[in-house]
Amino acid sequence: MLQVSGDWTLRALSGRIGAIRSGLASAPAQSQWQLDGLERLDSFGAVLLWRAWGGRWPQQLSVNDGHRSVIERVAQSTQRPLPRLPAFTLVDAVALLGGALLGLSTHAFAFIALFGQLCLDLLHVLRHPRDWPLLEISANIHKVGVKAMPVTALVGFLIGVVLSYLSALQLKAFGADVFIVNILGLGIIRELGPVLVSVLVAGRSGSAMTAQLGVMRVTEEIDALAAMGVSRTQRLVLPKVLALSLAMPLLVLWTSAVALFGGWVSAWIELDLSFAFFVQTLPDAVPIANVYIGLSKGAVFGLLIALIACHFGLRVKPNTESLSSNTTASVVSAITLVILVDAIFAIATRSIGIPG
Amino acid sequence: MSITPAPAPVVSLQGIVTRFGRNLVHDGVDLDIMGGEIVALVGGSGSGKTTLLRHIIGLTEPAAGTVKLFGEGLRAGSSRERIARQRRFGVLFQQGALFSAFSVGENIGFPIKELGVATAEEIRDLVALKLAMVEMEPEHALLMPAELSGGMVKRAALARALSLEPELLLLDEPTAGLDPDRSAAFVRLILSLRKQLGLTVVLVTHDLDTIAAMASKVAVLADRKILSYAALAETMQVEHPFIERFFHGEHGRRALARAKGKD
Repeated sequence: MLQVSGDWTLRALSGRIGAIRSGLASAPAQSQWQLDGLERLDSFGAVLLWRAWGGRWPQQLSVNDGHRSVIERVAQSTQRPLPRLPAFTLVDAVALLGGALLGLSTHAFAFIALFGQLCLDLLHVLRHPRDWPLLEISANIHKVGVKAMPVTALVGFLIGVVLSYLSALQLKAFGADVFIVNILGLGIIRELGPVLVSVLVAGRSGSAMTAQLGVMRVTEEIDALAAMGVSRTQRLVLPKVLALSLAMPLLVLWTSAVALFGGWVSAWIELDLSFAFFVQTLPDAVPIANVYIGLSKGAVFGLLIALIACHFGLRVKPNTESLSSNTTASVVSAITLVILVDAIFAIATRSIGIPG
Repeated sequence: MSITPAPAPVVSLQGIVTRFGRNLVHDGVDLDIMGGEIVALVGGSGSGKTTLLRHIIGLTEPAAGTVKLFGEGLRAGSSRERIARQRRFGVLFQQGALFSAFSVGENIGFPIKELGVATAEEIRDLVALKLAMVEMEPEHALLMPAELSGGMVKRAALARALSLEPELLLLDEPTAGLDPDRSAAFVRLILSLRKQLGLTVVLVTHDLDTIAAMASKVAVLADRKILSYAALAETMQVEHPFIERFFHGEHGRRALARAKGKD
């Protein structure tokens, strides 16, 4: 005969669950169950008993009606168990791969559609000057441009210092001190400035844009806009894209200037190079075409980052998982694509602005 | 089955004062809720009903006054005792607050899993049981919260609130956003659960039909205090502009007549 007594609730049992389990497991199959000493029984206690009984009522059982009804509910619900997720098979793996590939094509399609819609919107606002979302554009320029100045300046300055210091060590060995201006000028203005700013802005503003649009999707704000007949691309995407395309060249200019200054500080300490000499030599060492290349890279990269951020933001589904994965995808694709396009730039402009 | 009399009130609020900036929301709120009651907390919008509920849960702290649950101060004892106390009540948030990254089944099983007592198979049985309790199908366990209708979200959230076998259930607007049919079903559900599990229920609501159908007592929050705390019939005798508007308006009279007709 087996006696069950005291409180059989989740809280009461959690302290001595090991002893209870081993006690239940060692119970012989055909034993007599005495549940009269039970005080409180909740569904966890009932599930424990029902499992110990092997899913059916024992032959000899004495229990009061209240506790019997609790166990009865467990008995009823276990007759309709939860469905299990189907196991992962080879077919699922193939379908997953195919889905990923198709997903890539839908990404490309949606991205092109977004870009096309933006071009149409731009055409529309050019013909209807009253519809320019000027307030949004200016607010966005402040957010992505002005507020990004301190962090890009700090990073630019430090990179300038490090680059200059490392180069100066090598140049000193060859007695070619004056070429520090060429190295810094070409490297920073043409290459490092735009890429550095792009990486920072993709992490800073790209993620913010994706998260903002994503949350607006979750809270149905985008649907509310559509219901009012306001174009979401014209009011939400266009200002972001225009603002970043305008602010990025300016940020590139600012960051490159600070990075060059940092480079000079390091060269001054290491090689005793005067500021006047540095400024005088710079135009000779670096043809003006490099500045144009740097600025146009900035504009193109800004356009790319904003487009990608908005593309992923509009794809967010109303759950936290989708928001986080789309924000990650937005930043990673923006940085990857920027570096890819930078390589294309390098090939396309290989004969421009290199001092002979 | 004998229920041992609980001498201490399940929820005890004393002299609660809440300020939001310059705005004084509560100015000395006193309320004692005994075990086994279903208390409806009513009041105009902005009167701080939800804030009071959040004080009871311990999400916010009043500027002054004490909150006691099960006879103990909300922040009394070691952190272990505090957590143990928190597991004695279940909360249904206004929007359901289901974890959107989990399926319905995982949502309901999550608190039990956190406890680390039950095995995976036992959790499956318990989830099936809780789903049956709130009249949902076992198949719904695999759905994601985003795929549920408003009423289903409420029921799934209630199942999650019930998963730790709470003694106290706190409901924030349980029937808001449900059609009358569904909210009547929800009321039946809560009443049957209380009968089965001997729960104490505190609910914040605007819905007179719900109050008339299930509340054993009504706490009226007005003028920054508890204006009255009594059964519905007595509450309606109190003379106050808010009670006049709330219970004696056109809608109020119809709701009460409906509830009487049912009895």
